[in-house]
Amino acid sequence: MTGSRQIPVAEGLFTWPADEPRLIGARCAACGLVGFPAGPACERCGGTEVRQTLLSDRGTLWTFTTQDFRPPSPPYDGADTAETFQPYALGYVELPGEVMVEARLTESDPARLAIGQPMRLAIVPYTVRADGTEVLTFAFAPVGESTADVAKES
Amino acid sequence: MEAVIIGVGLHPFGRFGGKSAMDMAADAVRAALGDAGVGWPQVQAGFVGSLEVYNPDAIVDRLGLTGVPLRGVFNGCATAGTAVAMAARAIETGEHDLTIAIGMDKHPRGAFAADPSVAGLPAWYGQTGMYLTTHFFGMKINRYMHDHGITHQTLAQVAAKNFRNASANENAWRRTPLSVEQILASPVLNYPLRQFMYCGPDEGAGAVVLCRADQAHRYAGRPIRVRACALRSRRIGAFEVQSPSVPVGEQAPSPTVDASREAYEIAGIGPQDVAVAQLQDTDVGSEIIHLAENGLCKDGEQERMIADGETEIGGRLPVNTDGGLIGNGEPIGASGLRQIHELVRQLRGSAGPRQVPGEPAVGYAHLYGAPGVSAVTILST
Repeated sequence: MTGSRQIPVAEGLFTWPADEPRLIGARCAACGLVGFPAGPACERCGGTEVRQTLLSDRGTLWTFTTQDFRPPSPPYDGADTAETFQPYALGYVELPGEVMVEARLTESDPARLAIGQPMRLAIVPYTVRADGTEVLTFAFAPVGESTADVAKES
Repeated sequence: MEAVIIGVGLHPFGRFGGKSAMDMAADAVRAALGDAGVGWPQVQAGFVGSLEVYNPDAIVDRLGLTGVPLRGVFNGCATAGTAVAMAARAIETGEHDLTIAIGMDKHPRGAFAADPSVAGLPAWYGQTGMYLTTHFFGMKINRYMHDHGITHQTLAQVAAKNFRNASANENAWRRTPLSVEQILASPVLNYPLRQFMYCGPDEGAGAVVLCRADQAHRYAGRPIRVRACALRSRRIGAFEVQSPSVPVGEQAPSPTVDASREAYEIAGIGPQDVAVAQLQDTDVGSEIIHLAENGLCKDGEQERMIADGETEIGGRLPVNTDGGLIGNGEPIGASGLRQIHELVRQLRGSAGPRQVPGEPAVGYAHLYGAPGVSAVTILST
């Protein structure tokens, strides 16, 4: 045990706990389109028979931006304040042959991000609740970056 | 039967203390009726849009309870495109002879904040700080700069132009010109976009009066023809705002491209004929990308066009002559009516210090917003 409890921000978003967590997408039984998150219907054909599929944990960065001010709360539920807010980056990561997913990135400095660079899935805490529980979400890390901040199964 | 615009009215955009959106819209309607030389009882039908006002059709108690059918419409930032399209369509089909489009809003300060469920998105998308439309604009222009060689300097030049145009517009919100250096020194909000490269939500209202072309001679305003109205939603494969994922392997253009092509076809007018354009500039990147998506240039050509001043008043293709969203802010329900108001004034030759020289004959208005919807309106003399 690490001493702090960790919970995912939502069920059905990524496998957790898991040694190698994966995002949970959905493949349409009718047309084969892969979507994320797993929804009730296919975005392409409207088919309602969709099967959950685990997505690749590797991809390339298609584009990115940064969030340099604290997002409005609600809906944002970070425990930070406008003063303690730490900017973060977001991007779209292309998982080859599957889908391009929008995600937070573990690297917040745009100078250290580049379109086309390889990325790897990481499950990270994005906020801590009053009782000390860390809330986990999915993110992508540049391949080669230290994974020290990445949450481990406790 | 073709529809023509015979009157336009605008309540200035900005911040107006305790004045309600409804009262602003009533002022805009009175201005539009006055411009057309018609009375409210002559209005046979109307279409009214707002984000913040639940019942914008309640405006009738400020204008006269005539029993007029006034229908509420909403398509996010493209709301006014729908209001104008429906008001024109009601005339084109022969249902009515004289109609009105109305838009109003009064937004709280700061970035739009809402529960993701209003857009059909899961709660975690908002909780984890991903439900901000501004992210999309930062990411789309970042990729576009990478693919098409657009520079940070060009981003700032677009903002400087729109603030400069707004400084000559008595109805605009941001009327202080800013230099390229000042814009590039403002804080980054969403890389590569900085504070002075975004529009802000604000307050305002607009109204447009239309009638049958063959009856326009009865009214005061110089008629401006409505040549096309088109609205399209996103297709599978398009890179769109508020999308937790996008398919790979099948790419579709933005709904802007679809709406634009449809509008040109309906109008029988091509991009080369456009003399003045109002393009959705939620941010400077949007204006740059929308130039190409509306067929007004090729991808990447903007770098040279903007450096050469082609989109300035007096340039080959003036864009956002009244300051656009960057200079005026965005009261969502009214924003597109501001565009129509400006185009009508330009086509009438009554835009004062902002007048595009050479008697422009074709005006082009474009809106884009969540959840991936675009409206295009083409007007001509």
